[in-house]
Amino acid sequence: MRALEPWVVAPLQTFITESSARLILLMTTSGQVVAQHGFSRSLDVMTASALGAAIVASTEELARIMGASRFGAVVHGGSRQSCMLAAFGTPRGRWIGLVVFGSETSVGIVQLFFDKMVEELVGAAPKEHPSPAPVLAENFEHDLNASLKELFGR
Amino acid sequence: MTAADEALERVTQVPGVRGSLLISADDGLVVAERLMEGIDGRAVAALAASLVQRLGRATGGAGLQAPKFVHLRGNAGSVLAAPGGDDLVLVAVVDPDANVGRARIEMLDAVGRLA
Repeated sequence: MRALEPWVVAPLQTFITESSARLILLMTTSGQVVAQHGFSRSLDVMTASALGAAIVASTEELARIMGASRFGAVVHGGSRQSCMLAAFGTPRGRWIGLVVFGSETSVGIVQLFFDKMVEELVGAAPKEHPSPAPVLAENFEHDLNASLKELFGR
Repeated sequence: MTAADEALERVTQVPGVRGSLLISADDGLVVAERLMEGIDGRAVAALAASLVQRLGRATGGAGLQAPKFVHLRGNAGSVLAAPGGDDLVLVAVVDPDANVGRARIEMLDAVGRLA
């Protein structure tokens, strides 16, 4: 498991242990990866984070059009493995969790411990916000590569 | 009243039963519930389904049939589970001094009617 910020590690580790999830990706709503577990290739992380952020944006817009509040989570049940995508608020902004799990656990268990992880993340988040650096096109590739290097340790 | 509501009603009428739920064994989600305040139905459903699934695998691995009734006893009370057909499990949360014998009879009867 790899995380860009150390305070994310403990809640995420507890979630992985309790839920038996196979893969998890924590990202911001803009698709910037915060932490990952189980992915072996940086390309997979980049693709999954971009798609996850896009799906959440789509469902939130759909909810807005329907006059509903935000959807809590999107669950795709598969025959061999399933996928849950849920957005949540943190002191660091709105984040998204993408969880892939198999038949060794259940959607109920994953949702239960995901909600507990969110509570722990909100509690563990440092109160002072680091001043965000402006996202500039010339820095984007460098920042992306630096994040992926940190998340994969290479 | 639906068959699920009727099953929950019968179980919760047993003295000492704090609540009952009908859950999906595969998903660990609540199908119907009748619970006293303070019981987290979602957590009970997820964990009880996991328990029943794992016990089923354990007994299967030992060459035995899946359990027809599960009684998990703790200091502050018990969790009872009766797996039924259609991937459903009837679960009850009971006090330590509850009439577990009657709860068991009601649960097995109710889950038999649901199948």
